[in-house]
Amino acid sequence: MNKAVRSLYAAFLLLIAPMAIGGEVTVAVASNFIKPIEAVAPVFTKATGHRVRISTGSTGKFYAQIQRGAPFDVFLSADEARPARLEDEGFAVSGSRFIYAIGRLVLWQADAHHDIQPDVLRVAEGGRVAVANPVTAPYGTAAAATIEKLGLTAALGPRLVQGENIGQTFQFVATGNAAYGFVAWSQVSLNGTLIRGSGWLVPADMHPPIRQAATLLTHGADNSAARAFMAFLKSDAARQIIRQHGYDTE
Amino acid sequence: MNALLSPADIDAIWLTLKLAFTVTVLLLILGTPLAWWLAHSRARWRGAINALVALPLILPPTVLGFYLLVAMGPNGPLGRLTAEVGLGALPFTFAGLVIGSLIYSLPFVVQPIRDAFIAIGPRPLEVAATLGARPIDAFFSVILPLARPGFLTATVLGFAHTVGEFGVVLMIGGNIPNETRVVAIQIYDHVEALEYTQAHWLAGGLLAFSFIVLLALHTLNDRQAKR
Repeated sequence: MNKAVRSLYAAFLLLIAPMAIGGEVTVAVASNFIKPIEAVAPVFTKATGHRVRISTGSTGKFYAQIQRGAPFDVFLSADEARPARLEDEGFAVSGSRFIYAIGRLVLWQADAHHDIQPDVLRVAEGGRVAVANPVTAPYGTAAAATIEKLGLTAALGPRLVQGENIGQTFQFVATGNAAYGFVAWSQVSLNGTLIRGSGWLVPADMHPPIRQAATLLTHGADNSAARAFMAFLKSDAARQIIRQHGYDTE
Repeated sequence: MNALLSPADIDAIWLTLKLAFTVTVLLLILGTPLAWWLAHSRARWRGAINALVALPLILPPTVLGFYLLVAMGPNGPLGRLTAEVGLGALPFTFAGLVIGSLIYSLPFVVQPIRDAFIAIGPRPLEVAATLGARPIDAFFSVILPLARPGFLTATVLGFAHTVGEFGVVLMIGGNIPNETRVVAIQIYDHVEALEYTQAHWLAGGLLAFSFIVLLALHTLNDRQAKR
C-alpha cells in the first residue's frame, strides 16, 4: 500500500470512528416540538455519543404508521392518549411513557406591537381565525375549549379555518391569510418572551392541559441509544431546554 | 347508505364533484385556444409556454400550494388584485380552490387537446378553406370532430385529476365544510382521527371511481380508433 492510500484509509477510519462508537435513535416527533427537539438532540449527542434521527409530523399520522411497523424507536406525541394506546396495543414498551412537556396556547397575530386581548375576537368582521383541527390535533382541541370558554363558539364558527396541524395553523397566520390564530406558545416565544408577532398567552386553566407524552416503542426496546434518549429527556438539562422553548414540565 | 357515509362525507363528495365539474368546464373553454396556439404558433417563446403548461406535472403540490397561499394572501399580488375588485381573499374559499385546481389540472387538459391538433395537421383546414368554409366554421365542423378523442381524454383526465387533488387543497383550503373540505381531505381527517372504517368507505369509493373512469376512457378511445 502506498503512502497516499494509507493516509486516506486512516482519514476514513477517523471519520467513521464516532459513528462506530455511538448508537442511533430514530425519534418520531409531533410537529409542535420541532424547535426544542432540534435544541435537545445535539446536547444529547454530545453527552452520550449517540446520534438522533428526527422525523416530524402529526401525532395521528405517526400513530397509524407505528401501528403498521414504522421503524421509530421513540415517539414524542402531542397528546397522552395515543402513546397510552400504543402501549396497550403492544407497539410500545409498557410503562415507559412519561409527560415530557405541557404545551401552552397563544392567541397570535403576525404583526408585532399590538396589545392582544381575547376581545379582539369579539370584533365583527375581524377576519379569519385559524385553529388546528380540533378533532385530531391536541392544540386544536385546546383552542376549541378556549373559544367555548370565551363564549365565542357560535360567533366565531363561520370565521374559523383549520390547519392540518399546528405548523400549518401558524403558517396561515404568518402569511396574513388569517387575521388571528391559536398557535403553540413554543412557536412564537423563546425564554418566556414573544419573539415574533403579537400574542395573548391563554391562561392554562382555560382549556384541558396539553400533556405531551413520550413513549419507548417496541422497535427501540433493545436499542441502548433509545433508552438513553428517554432517560435524557427526563434530565434537568433537557427539561431546562424544553421550558426555554415555551413548555411547562412536570 | 347513510350508515356507511356520514352527512359530512356526502357533503364532501358533492363539493368534490362541483369543484371537478367547474374546473373541467373552465379548462376546456380556456385550454382549447391555448392548445390551438401551442399546436400552430411558431413564436419563439412557444417552448417556454409549453414548459409552463407542463410544470404542474412535476412540481410537488406543496410548491404550488405554498406559492398560491402567498400570492392569494392579502399581501400577495393576486390577493391585492382580488381585494381591489371586491372579491376579498381567495384562500379558504371555493373560488380559491377553483383557481388552484385550474393551474394544477391544466396540463391534463391542454396537452391531449394540443396533441390532437398537432396530429390533425394543417391539411383538413386547407381543404375546408378551399371549399369556402370560414375559419371558425371549419374549426367547429372539421377540427373539433377530428380531435374528439383528444377532447375526451382531456375532459376525463381533467375531471379525475381534480377529484384526486389533495396537496394543493390541504395547503390553501383550511378544511371548511361545504366550501373547501373535499373528499381527499375528508379521508385524511378520518385517518388522522383513527376512524378507519369511514376512511375505508370513502377511499375505496374513490379508488373504484378512478378505475372505472380510466377504464371507460380506454374503452371509448379503443372503439374510436377501430372506427
